[in-house]
Amino acid sequence: MSVNEKIVSDLVANNVNFVTTVPCKQLAGVIDAIEASDDIYHIPSNKEDEGMGLCAGAFMGGKRPAIIMQNTAIGVTINTLVTLTQYYRMPLPMLISYRGELGEPVACQVEMAVHTKALLNQLHIPTYHFHKEDDVNELDAILKHTFMCNKPVAILTDATFWKGY
Amino acid sequence: MIRSEILRDIAPVIAEHLVVCNIGLPSQELHSIDDQPTNFYMLGTMGLSSSIGLGLALAQDKKVISIDGDGSVLTNFGTLPTIANNVADNYILLIIDNGSYGSTGDQPTYAGKKTSLTEVARACGCENVIECQAEQTREVLQAALDSNKMTIIVSKCESGNVKIPVITMDPVEIRSRFMKAVQS
Repeated sequence: MSVNEKIVSDLVANNVNFVTTVPCKQLAGVIDAIEASDDIYHIPSNKEDEGMGLCAGAFMGGKRPAIIMQNTAIGVTINTLVTLTQYYRMPLPMLISYRGELGEPVACQVEMAVHTKALLNQLHIPTYHFHKEDDVNELDAILKHTFMCNKPVAILTDATFWKGY
Repeated sequence: MIRSEILRDIAPVIAEHLVVCNIGLPSQELHSIDDQPTNFYMLGTMGLSSSIGLGLALAQDKKVISIDGDGSVLTNFGTLPTIANNVADNYILLIIDNGSYGSTGDQPTYAGKKTSLTEVARACGCENVIECQAEQTREVLQAALDSNKMTIIVSKCESGNVKIPVITMDPVEIRSRFMKAVQS
């Protein structure tokens, strides 16, 4: 099973059935796999805060949502995370492409990478970092944890995890 | 008519449906006029009423009305293509377009100048877009509900606010009460 198939399989096993995405090169394969899944309603969004609004509505409608985005989106979504997802106590797994780590060819991506964990820490968002291939084996437990505690939870996935791009 | 008069006029029409209401004065006014468990009041996060409403409409079968403003739609412009391309026939987006940022002191928006949200919504691919005057809103909204087609309504009204207290309900209580109404 490829890592993309494993991620989608864990989402489906945890009844995550409403996924919004904003693309990143590292995430292209998993986004394709989500689009191909019959068990997930895939709704691309134009900006990540819009996506979090869609997820909030879907959650209140009885779905289990998730968002897939790049770490630059943390800068875009702080207000939404704080005043919507956290304030109303809603679960939201965030599968995040952690750009700007080892292997990154685009210097500007490092500028947001150096702030990513500090911001998530400041926001008191439980954060997991997938660096090695086997780290994906924690995804199932992370998803269960997210829907247990009704919080946004970050899963940072770096270039080493994705084996370059 | 100003926004609070429209809300008072449409209150009997929306009372039996799920309503996601925009941040600030719109939520405060609706809460004051006709508080219902079927109302989700936004206490923060400007711009996302339409997105929350669309996600809710796609997730379940009950009818959903997002009450939004021209300023909020301008803030979250990306919402209109998403709505157009993810049709939910149980979804109505009611944009109360007073051409101003009402909650912050009636500063003018571009929707009150050259920009037509009706034309923008159509250009984004929304199929049923109706612009009406404030006085027609109730009738147009009822017709949209009866049509069982996803509809965007742009209700043109005057800017102006009434003095109203803030909502002191706890957000988790708002959300919990709303989710029970969704499931009932």
